[in-house]
Amino acid sequence: MTIGVSDSTSHQSDNQMGLSLPLWSRDVRARFAILLLTAALAVTCLWSLATGPIEIPLTALWAPNSQSASAEAMRNEIVLYDIRLPRVVLGALVGGALAISGAVLQGLFRNPLADPGIVGVSAGAGLGAASFIVLGTTTLAPITAILGIYAVPVAAFVGGLATTYLLYRIGTRGGITSIATLLLAGIALGALTGAATGLLVNVADDQQLRDLNFWGLGSLAGASWEKILAAAPLIGGSMIAVLFLTRGLNALMMGEAAAFHVGIKVQRLKNIAIICVAAATGASVAVSGGIGFVGIVVPHLLRLTIGADYRYLLPASGLLGASLLILADTVSRTIVAPAELPIGIITAVTGAPFFLWILLRKKGPMGF
Amino acid sequence: MTTHCFQLCTVIRQSIRLFVAGSLSAVALFHTASAEPLAADRIVSIGGAVTEIIYALGEEHRLVGRDTTSSYPPAAESLPDVGYMRALSPEGVLSLSPSRIIMVEGSGPPEALQVLREADIPISDVPETYSAEGVLEKIRVVGAALGASEKAEVLADKLRADFELLATTRNAASASPRVLFVLSVRGGRVLASGTGTAANGILALAGMTNAITEFEGYKQLSDEAILTAAPDIILMMDRGGDHGGATAEILALPTLAATPAGRSGHLVQMNGLLLLGFGPRTAEAAWELKNRVEKLFGGKGETL
Repeated sequence: MTIGVSDSTSHQSDNQMGLSLPLWSRDVRARFAILLLTAALAVTCLWSLATGPIEIPLTALWAPNSQSASAEAMRNEIVLYDIRLPRVVLGALVGGALAISGAVLQGLFRNPLADPGIVGVSAGAGLGAASFIVLGTTTLAPITAILGIYAVPVAAFVGGLATTYLLYRIGTRGGITSIATLLLAGIALGALTGAATGLLVNVADDQQLRDLNFWGLGSLAGASWEKILAAAPLIGGSMIAVLFLTRGLNALMMGEAAAFHVGIKVQRLKNIAIICVAAATGASVAVSGGIGFVGIVVPHLLRLTIGADYRYLLPASGLLGASLLILADTVSRTIVAPAELPIGIITAVTGAPFFLWILLRKKGPMGF
Repeated sequence: MTTHCFQLCTVIRQSIRLFVAGSLSAVALFHTASAEPLAADRIVSIGGAVTEIIYALGEEHRLVGRDTTSSYPPAAESLPDVGYMRALSPEGVLSLSPSRIIMVEGSGPPEALQVLREADIPISDVPETYSAEGVLEKIRVVGAALGASEKAEVLADKLRADFELLATTRNAASASPRVLFVLSVRGGRVLASGTGTAANGILALAGMTNAITEFEGYKQLSDEAILTAAPDIILMMDRGGDHGGATAEILALPTLAATPAGRSGHLVQMNGLLLLGFGPRTAEAAWELKNRVEKLFGGKGETL
C-alpha cells in the first residue's frame, strides 16, 4: 500500500487542486490551512445566523437587553436564540464529530471507505430510533412517558452504542481486536438490525413511515439547547480525546505490526478510538438523524490538500466538517421556505458530485 | 434534574447571546430590510381537513399559510406551503407571522411545536377521528379557534343532516358489498387497509364492509389473504391521469384478478383527499362511493 504520499507527488497534486503554495513546507501549509478553516467556520456561523426565512433586522441587536417588548422583537429573539443559534451550534458539533470520526476510522481500518457506519453506530441508532417512532405510543409507551420528546434521540444513542459494543465484543479475541472480523461482523449485524427495522416498518402506519423516512434523511430542525447540553460533552470530550491519538494513527499508516514496533500500544489505540467514535457519532446521530457523506468527503478532501498527517488532518476535518454542515443546514432552512428540506439530501446532492469530481481529477490512488 | 438543565441552558443562552449580538452587529451593516409588521389575524392551517373547513366556513381570507396535505380547494395551493404536517419548520412557520396555528392531531415534530409555543403563538389542536361525529367535532373546534362558532354550528348541522340521511339509507340497504381498499401495488406488493384507518371509516359511512379486519392500519397483504378476503370491489386513490394504467396494473396481478372484484373488473378510484380527508366533504365522498359502487352493480343495489 502507499505509505503516506511523498512530497514530490503531493506538490503535483496541489497543483492539480489549484493551490499555489508549493514552496511551503507541509507543516506550515497545514497550519495555514487550519487557520483558514477556523476563519471560514467563524464566517459561516455568522452568515448562517443572519440568514433564514425571517428577515431579522440585525441592527436591532446592537442593544441585546433593550426592553423592547414588541411581539416582533420577541419573535426575532426566539428565532435567533432558540432556532438559528442552536442549529448552528449543533451543526458545528455534529459536522465536526462526523468528519473527525470518519478520518479516525479511515486511519484505524486503513480503508478509504470507512465512515461512522462501519462500527455499527448508524445501524444500531436507526433501529433504536425506529423502535420508538413506531412503538413509542404502544409497546414502549411506559418509556416514552419518562423520556417525553427525547425518547427517539435517547433510543438512537443507546442503540448505536449497544451495537458498537456488541461488534467490538465479537471482533475481540484474547484481548486483540481484529479489524477484519470487525468489518465482516459489522456487515452481519447491519443485516440483522436492518431486518429488525424492516419488521418495524411492516407494522408502522403511514405517518410513522414518513417519520422514519424523514429521520433517515437527517435534520437539525429539532435542535434545542437541551439537546446541545446532552450531546456537547459526549461529542466534545471524545473529539478532544482522539486528538491525542494522532501519533498512533500516523504510525498505523505503516501497518499494525510496524506501529507496534515503533512503540504504539495498538490495542489501546483501537479501544480508545472505537469508544470515542461511538460516543461522538452516537450522540450526533441521536440529535440529527442520519446525515451521510460528511464523514467520507471531508477527510479525503483534506488528505489531498494538506496531506495525511493526523496531527493536522483531525483538527482540519473537524473545522471543515462543522462549516460544511452549517452551510448545508442553512440551505435546508431556506431553499424551500417556509418549508424545509432534509439536510441529508443536501449533503448527498452536493457532496457526491464533488467527491466524484475529486476522484476524476486525481490521478493514481487516493492519498492513503 | 430537568430544571437544573433548564437553568444551565438559560445561563449558556444568556452568555452566548451577548457574544452573538456583538458579532452580528458587524454583519448588520449589510442588512437594512425590516420585517413585516405582525398583523392581528393571520392563520396557518395544518392538515387537509382543517384547511377545507376554514374554506367551507368562508374564513379563508384569514389564511396566510398551509401544509403540504392541504390541497383542496385548489385556491389553497396558492398559499405558502410550510412543509409536511409532521415535519414543520419552526422558523418557516414563524416567517409567516401567524397570529394562530390551527393544526390537526399528530402534527409535529414536537420540537417545532415547542419552539412555536415558546414564541407565544396560540395553537389550536384539532382531534382526528374517522367517523361522522369526528368530522362534526373538527368543524366545531376549528370554528371555535377562528371565533366563528355560529357559522361552524350551521355547517355542522348541515353535515349532520347529510350523515343522518346516509345512515338511514345504510340501514335500509339489504346488501353490504365487501370492499378492499388498496393503498398501493408497488412492485406487485399489495398494501391494503385494515381497521382503524380513514379508509375503514369511509367504508363504514358508505355502508360497506371492509374486506380486511384482521389487522390495524395499512399493511402488505399476502396472496392468500387477498383470495380469502374475496372483495366484491377494489377501492383505490385516484392519482390523477392514470385511470387506465391503474386498472391495468391491478388486473395484471393474478391474485387481485382472481378475486370477485377482479373477475368482474369492479375497480373504483376516488380522489385521496376527498375519500380519506374526513373534512367537510366526507358525507359527499361517502355518497359518491356508494353511487359508483351501485352503478358497477348495474341496478342490483338499491337506487338513491
